[in-house]
Amino acid sequence: MALNRDFVGRAYPSPAPYEVSRVKIKEFAAAIGDDNPVYRDREAAVAAGHPDVVAPPTFPIVFTLAGASEALSDPEFGLNFAMVVHGEQRFSYQRPIYAGDQLVATATIAEIRSVGRNEFLTIRSDVATAAGEPVCTTYQVLVERGGAA
Amino acid sequence: MAATVKYDEVEVGQEIPAVEYQVRRVDLVMYAGASGDFNQIHWNERFARSVGLPDVIAHGMFTMAEGGRFVTDWAGDPAAVVDYGVRFSSMVVVPDDEQGATLVVSGLVEEKLEDKRVVVALTARSGDSRVLSKARATVQLS
Repeated sequence: MALNRDFVGRAYPSPAPYEVSRVKIKEFAAAIGDDNPVYRDREAAVAAGHPDVVAPPTFPIVFTLAGASEALSDPEFGLNFAMVVHGEQRFSYQRPIYAGDQLVATATIAEIRSVGRNEFLTIRSDVATAAGEPVCTTYQVLVERGGAA
Repeated sequence: MAATVKYDEVEVGQEIPAVEYQVRRVDLVMYAGASGDFNQIHWNERFARSVGLPDVIAHGMFTMAEGGRFVTDWAGDPAAVVDYGVRFSSMVVVPDDEQGATLVVSGLVEEKLEDKRVVVALTARSGDSRVLSKARATVQLS
């Protein structure tokens, strides 16, 4: 079944700000095997000129999916999760993410297109501080195999 | 806060030497916990085979993260990576042994932009497969 095109353009703000913690950044850095001290030690990060520990470039994946999940699980949308694979991912930064940031991610169904038998769905997440300062924009392309058949 | 690589010392076409990263089952379990992606294809061999996969496969985002690590280690400052995007072109199959899978990541300075920024093109392979395509990072150099 094709995805419901009426959903294109719909935006889903995260229900509450995501608080970036030193512990979570440290856990994420450990999981990707990166022992860079600016991810793990506040003093080292400050010595390198940062206000606090820095988040790795792919860290926003931790909190940007929550907003979109509401749309993706709506039966009216018609997405079969069992057939979904991650096609593309991009992170575009206005500024680095640091521990202590309070971030709001707004997920938008940006585009749906059919390629052969597959549906390609692009979700854009605009990440800003709770005060409104833009931080980064993420783009995720999900491929629903056989969805356009 | 600044990259240790200087813009004026980088040339288009310059290669960034390959680095190998091991991907073992325990790494995928840790990544599942840290990222919140608990899809069973990344840790349950029985489930992975039941949906037609050859074995457990790595999270695409884990592979992307290793590519990010390659770039931040080269640049010398994680905050220097201002844009990073990839396409997932092939899966990384992770067998249940001590070696797991090996990811080999290398880079090429593809373009010099204004404001001391460069575009680095990444190549990531596992075995004979190219696992990322269209992998590009824009890096703010000094």
